[in-house]
Amino acid sequence: MTPDILTYYDMGLKWPLLSIITYIPVLGAIVIMLFMRRDATVKWFANIVVLVDFLISLRLVFTPQLKAAFVTGKHVIQFVEKVPWIESLGVQYFFGVDGISILLVLLTTFLGVLAVLSSWSAITERVKEYYVFMLLLQTGMLGVFFSLDFFLFYVFWEIMLVPMYFLIGVWGGPRKLYAAIKFFLYTLAGSVLMLLAILGLYFLNYRATGNLSFEIMNFYNLDIPLDIAKWLFLAFFVGFAIKVPMFPFHTWLPDAHVEAPTAGSVILAGVLLKMGTYGFVRFSLPLFPEATRWFLPYGIALAVIGIVYGALTAMMQPDMKKLVAYSSVSHLGFVMLGVFALNQQGVQGGILQMINHGLSTGALFLVVGLVYERRHTRMIADFGGLSKQMPVYAILFMIVTLSSIGLPGLNGFIGEFTILIGAFKALWMKPVVALRFLPADWAAGMSTLMVLLAASGIVLGAAYMLWLYQRVMFGKLENPKNMDLKDLNLREVMTLIPIVFFCFWIGLYPKPFLKLMDAAVANTVLITNPEAALAEMQQMQTNAAREHKMVLPPGHPPLLPPGHPEIIPPGHPSEQGAAMGHGAEKPGSVHGSMHPPLHPDMSMHPEIPAQALQGSQSHEGE
Amino acid sequence: MVNVPTEVLNYIWLIPLFPLIGFVTIGLVGLKFFKGKTELVPSIIGCSSVFLSLVMSVLCVLALQRIEPDHEGVRVFTREVFSWIEMGAFRVPFKFQLDALSSVMILVVSGVGFLIHVYSHGYMHKDAGQYRFFSYMNLFTCAMLILVLGGNFLLMFIGWEGVGLCSYLLIGFWFEKDSASNAGKKAFVTNRIGDFGFALGMMLIFTTFGTLDYQTVFAEAPHTLEAGGAIVTLITLFLFIGATGKSAQIPLYVWLPDAMEGPTPTSALIHAATMVTSGVYMVSRCNVLYSMAPISLIVVGAVGAATAFFSATIGMAQYDIKKVLAYSTVSQLGYMFLGCGVASYTAGIFHLMTHAFFKALLFLGAGSVIHGMSGDQDMRNMGSLRHHMKHTWWTFMVAYVAIAGIPPFAGFFSKDEILWKAFTYNSPVLGPMWGKFLWAVGATAALMTAFYMTRLICLTFYGESRVSHEAEHHLHESPGSMIYPLMALAVLSLIGGWVGIPAALGGANHIHHFLAPVLDKAAHGASGAHAAATAGLAYAAEMASHGGGEEHSRGLELLMMAVSVGIAGVGMGVGYYFYIKNPNIPLLIQYELPRLHKTLLNKWYVDEIYNFAVVNGTKQFANLLCWFDAHIIDGIVNGTAFAARALSSGSILFDGGIVDGLVNLVAKIVEVCSGVLRRMQTGYVQNYALVMAIGVFVLLSIYVILR
Repeated sequence: MTPDILTYYDMGLKWPLLSIITYIPVLGAIVIMLFMRRDATVKWFANIVVLVDFLISLRLVFTPQLKAAFVTGKHVIQFVEKVPWIESLGVQYFFGVDGISILLVLLTTFLGVLAVLSSWSAITERVKEYYVFMLLLQTGMLGVFFSLDFFLFYVFWEIMLVPMYFLIGVWGGPRKLYAAIKFFLYTLAGSVLMLLAILGLYFLNYRATGNLSFEIMNFYNLDIPLDIAKWLFLAFFVGFAIKVPMFPFHTWLPDAHVEAPTAGSVILAGVLLKMGTYGFVRFSLPLFPEATRWFLPYGIALAVIGIVYGALTAMMQPDMKKLVAYSSVSHLGFVMLGVFALNQQGVQGGILQMINHGLSTGALFLVVGLVYERRHTRMIADFGGLSKQMPVYAILFMIVTLSSIGLPGLNGFIGEFTILIGAFKALWMKPVVALRFLPADWAAGMSTLMVLLAASGIVLGAAYMLWLYQRVMFGKLENPKNMDLKDLNLREVMTLIPIVFFCFWIGLYPKPFLKLMDAAVANTVLITNPEAALAEMQQMQTNAAREHKMVLPPGHPPLLPPGHPEIIPPGHPSEQGAAMGHGAEKPGSVHGSMHPPLHPDMSMHPEIPAQALQGSQSHEGE
Repeated sequence: MVNVPTEVLNYIWLIPLFPLIGFVTIGLVGLKFFKGKTELVPSIIGCSSVFLSLVMSVLCVLALQRIEPDHEGVRVFTREVFSWIEMGAFRVPFKFQLDALSSVMILVVSGVGFLIHVYSHGYMHKDAGQYRFFSYMNLFTCAMLILVLGGNFLLMFIGWEGVGLCSYLLIGFWFEKDSASNAGKKAFVTNRIGDFGFALGMMLIFTTFGTLDYQTVFAEAPHTLEAGGAIVTLITLFLFIGATGKSAQIPLYVWLPDAMEGPTPTSALIHAATMVTSGVYMVSRCNVLYSMAPISLIVVGAVGAATAFFSATIGMAQYDIKKVLAYSTVSQLGYMFLGCGVASYTAGIFHLMTHAFFKALLFLGAGSVIHGMSGDQDMRNMGSLRHHMKHTWWTFMVAYVAIAGIPPFAGFFSKDEILWKAFTYNSPVLGPMWGKFLWAVGATAALMTAFYMTRLICLTFYGESRVSHEAEHHLHESPGSMIYPLMALAVLSLIGGWVGIPAALGGANHIHHFLAPVLDKAAHGASGAHAAATAGLAYAAEMASHGGGEEHSRGLELLMMAVSVGIAGVGMGVGYYFYIKNPNIPLLIQYELPRLHKTLLNKWYVDEIYNFAVVNGTKQFANLLCWFDAHIIDGIVNGTAFAARALSSGSILFDGGIVDGLVNLVAKIVEVCSGVLRRMQTGYVQNYALVMAIGVFVLLSIYVILR
């Protein structure tokens, strides 16, 4: 179901908010380049620019009167700006934000502030150029998340590489050139494949409709034959998998992280990697539902290998930054597992985990950066017993560690656990991971093994992180070079406190965050895997019926989140009637043959979807 | 009973909130003001927050008795504080549930917790990290209360991992000691392995029921699940993996003995009285599911019995006073699981409660001894301490008698109920002999318990003093803040069991009736497995059918009681004989059976085996993967780059040699040719005339020849 569109003036805004958010950093960069000489001025100015940008980006969720600005409950592309750009090619300037991208946008502006702030004393050479590149990077990333036109998306996707290349290549460590070139070429190789796929879609669309367009939503309705869709999916897959990075495309990441300056690592881990996972949710899933399901076994297997492999390799790394980099491979394996679970909990947990990983791994890189700045080493063996010397640091490091290993009450848990719930639902004793050369009976066993292996990631995660913490913070302070380490100053504490705040918030009360993406995720699942969406709906019905039977306390929240996509199985008698009022489409009608036949059992319960409709209707009125 | 208004229950969330506030206050304020100092303030905040919880718990439990029981006779109060996670059909509210089971638990946790907090004031008063200690202890209390008050599995899991975190922090409290930080990490990671099982169990519950809410799951389980089927068996086994981690059962018990690195009040509160019992609580909470899965019950019973036996053997050979108590805790936890494994959850919880009293007392007493001994924990350096520490001695003796199982002390009633229930248990799969077998193992373990506790008492308080001269100089009785909690616990260790005096002894068994509506749901249930699970009673009745029915069964019960008291007596007697009468015998055994002694002293080498197989195995495998990553995967990437560069060098060669060569060759040819031709273009007329003449001559010659 193609989501609705609300332009920024529909939403009562006079200014194109998304463009403003995107271009404030680049304008700041231009001002710095042209008018600023003194390093101190540049620093202050850059900090102010990113802070202002963050505050403005909050307008996406709150009005100035602190009321909700973001439309939830229905998958709507909001704050849309859409004007023709290169008309002869059908290229549009099309910006918009929805439930899938909103949190990532906020994460980008938020981490931007912290990354710039953390560079204050770490960067002493070529200060002006550094901040110019940081700001350019910010614009590139925001543009990627906002773009809903493939051409525009590709432009920002490539723009973003350039400042990162320079950040690693100029302000990096000893092997900076190797790392920078590896990063650049690897990503570029992936994006070239993606470009080919985009062009393929463009021409397929032209052949089908006669329109020249790069608009992503137009491609949703394309009826692509499976054998072509497979190739297109694969091209996108490689492009995104390199970015994520999924096993076995991950080796650029440790090098890039180790060599990058702290702020570069924070942005790289926090935001850049999310472009890959975001790409899957935004493009691969809804554009090629059938091909996605075809590739599912391999995707899941790679994700699970990533979880275990990343965790085990992280365990034995002697370099703190490399350890955290490999832990990212593991965490992003979780995200991909959630995405490939293709159900509400999996995908939503996956997106939440993108945010969580951005927060906790971003914080871990900051934490490593703080001692690196003091001691100019990142080798674990050089430390030990820092707790005594740096108690504030010890507390913050501990919280971040716990958030990373998914302790309940902190953010990581919500993401990891819901992903596992989603994966479990999709995989437990179900013949999903049917590797095509193996006998069919093995498939259920394989799927089950996958989910067990994935869940073992929670044990390994605890092992390598706590071991890291132990070796760095516990024990006796023996190395004389560590004797006069200073605890964190106010600025440094301020780079970590906001992250810790959000870690607790998401861990204890994730509802506001989940609410933002509920409907968008439900819609994506409905497009990609209607069977799971229907099962979800039925489960919600059962739950609602149960709770009605129990005594509900006053002020009880609605039993069905309003706006959950309505589903009617094909051949249902009330189909026409329902479709009238709601604009509901039966799955399969749009995508033709792309959906598998629904499970026979489901059409045997005609009452349930009808109740679902009534239920969501009545609650929408509330 | 006091009439407490039921509205109090609406504030049930205050119970875990008080310690949480305590944690935050002490932690934040302490970091700023109390660091490196010892003050009264952290102790006062720490103790009073737990005291408030205790008061609130008592009020809530009293108020609970005034609400109407539901149609099954269960008094249960639930309150949804807020909606925590909402993701499609996955909806988990932050919900508290108070019923008889959680009532017992919160009273134990906040009650014993309060006494231990008071004790800690005296114990930790010289430690620079005192504020840290109290904040962790408060956080622990909060997490533990959430664990037992949670109304769904995920909330239990918050508490479950929360207590694990606090355990980690407190075991590694003296983090400068490597052994302490290692023990902390070991505890956390081992527990995580258990939590992995717990999480899988939850996921299976969610996929089966679509919810994690206790009430829904337990109400629907008999209808949704096939009794004895694969799903319920898997769910219960997965959950039990969690229990073996948290409650230190085979195979995951290895962390608990190491956990003794923590300050002694921690060992008492977390690693004896409360946290380690949460596995028992969880199994009892899920009694409906376990009773439907006879195979899981067998596993629970077998693991419990094996652990009880196995750790008792280790306990007999340890010299560290806290290590003996640690293995004793593992063993006693095994008893509780044994009780659960014979579907007698009430007995398990009853033993949990009495154990909390006497084991906390034992640990605190040991702490008092260690305090007096200036930190020495080796019993070989003690002896005859009763003269120096009177109060510690007599309170310790109360706990000793209680754990050995001598009536009328608390341990007797609970342990005996477990053994009796085991004896009369008729397993639906393995038949009545299974119960007899469990009983035999349990009774043997009881014998060893009595023995090693006697050994501990003799080595510590009796016999000749082996205290070094220097230590003797400092030897002192502990301050009042440590002694009064000991006395309170001593009273509880005496009378705590009286709530469960069995009918055979003319008691009312209050606790049984109190817990029955929650824990013996299975007995009321109609499902086949339920009936089978409680068939032990039927078997007992059958046995009694020769004689006077109920009367005979009662006679048998009394006989079994006498047997267990006898066993305890024998254990104590042997201990007395070995360590007071003939102190040479243990040495003789050591000398005669060096291997057995060494094996026991080294705890059957389980740690070494685990270290070799699991820890090193994982590390080696990880190293292999690192190599694979650096050389194979990255090798392919760099190889690609190398190939590209080689190709590019090749094309430079090709470009310079062949492509450009061809171009240059053409130019060269032209050049050569033109060089030749240039020679001809001399500009002299004579030359041209000569060439022309030669040409004419040649042409003419050709013409002549060809003609």
